[in-house]
Amino acid sequence: MTFVDVVILLQAESLFKGDASDTLIDHAYAADLLSDVLALTEERTTLITGTISPQVIRVAEILNVIGIIFVRGKRPSQEIIDYAQRLDIPMLTTRKTMFEACGLLYAHSVRPCKNRSALDD
Amino acid sequence: MLLTDVVTALGLQVLTSGVDLDHEVRSGIVCDLLSVVLAKAQQNDLWITIQRHQNIVAVAKVTSVAGVILADGIIPEQAVIDRASKEEIPLLAAKESSFVVSGKLFALLSSGEE
Amino acid sequence: MNTNFSYDVHAGDIEQGGSASAALKSELRKIGICEEQARRAGIIVFEGEMNLLVYATNGGTVNATVTSEAITITIEDAGPGIADIDLAMTPGYSTAPDWALNLGFGAGMGLVNMQRNSNFFEIHSHTGKGTLIRCRVNRRKNDAAD
Repeated sequence: MTFVDVVILLQAESLFKGDASDTLIDHAYAADLLSDVLALTEERTTLITGTISPQVIRVAEILNVIGIIFVRGKRPSQEIIDYAQRLDIPMLTTRKTMFEACGLLYAHSVRPCKNRSALDD
Repeated sequence: MLLTDVVTALGLQVLTSGVDLDHEVRSGIVCDLLSVVLAKAQQNDLWITIQRHQNIVAVAKVTSVAGVILADGIIPEQAVIDRASKEEIPLLAAKESSFVVSGKLFALLSSGEE
Repeated sequence: MNTNFSYDVHAGDIEQGGSASAALKSELRKIGICEEQARRAGIIVFEGEMNLLVYATNGGTVNATVTSEAITITIEDAGPGIADIDLAMTPGYSTAPDWALNLGFGAGMGLVNMQRNSNFFEIHSHTGKGTLIRCRVNRRKNDAAD
């Protein structure tokens, strides 16, 4: 799905100025806990989260996350929005719960990305 | 839909012992932040999380959720499992990520509505 | 030629938490370290930084040294120290205060993530004195740095 498709599907508000039409959201990971996000082993992931702390965008930068979906009506600060804009990471915010957002995206063929589980090594 | 049917349909591992799984599941809540779960979880929600901290049992008890699914292959410490068994909170485990588990549960519950 | 990067982390400074890791990763990429190694260094520093912020009484420092062989990261604080290192290294074990848990930190994976991303990892700690963590990320032979 494209970024715009997701904005429509989740009745979301885009937090990104400009053209995000080549951002393909096809792999996603949902978490509020950032350390688990850091165990992701696959790039080109879209992060679905309800955490709006400054760490989210820094983690996104370290991992080359390609997009961020904030759920539960959470909206990060303008500083974070501007920072993401500079990094070219499209973000959106939806009032839907994480459950609904994941449910809808999964139903539209967005797939999970690989995460090194706690038991691997 | 009954929790016991969700367990079968999603291939979940049941971690607790002697806990009744006949709870009604009407929706899901996916959240790793305990204060948010306390504020938002409804009775008959099935809680999906990667938070394995022992406080999940108390939060589940207070919110009266139908049960808790630990995703991403995460298994909490035995002490947490024992506590959940004692408090009669079904604790379940899934190998897949929260994203997948909620995707499947969402589909399951949506198809049940027709 | 060695290159050094150094960052101070202040206790409780949530706004800045993670900024050192993002800055370091960016610097490493600029000098030609390949993406995967820079990412690993970024993850190590992120977890180290967050630990200093959440647990270290007076914050601490993060240092990264780049040589032709490796990126060596040291994270140091002056207290309170870790009573049981084996327990602290157990995935999911966390002593994070409630304020941290509610902000998405304290999943109990910090030290584990650091170790997993290092080719070499050591941790020394004494209660009442402080903690020193040293991690090494080996460089790829074909990266573009020096």
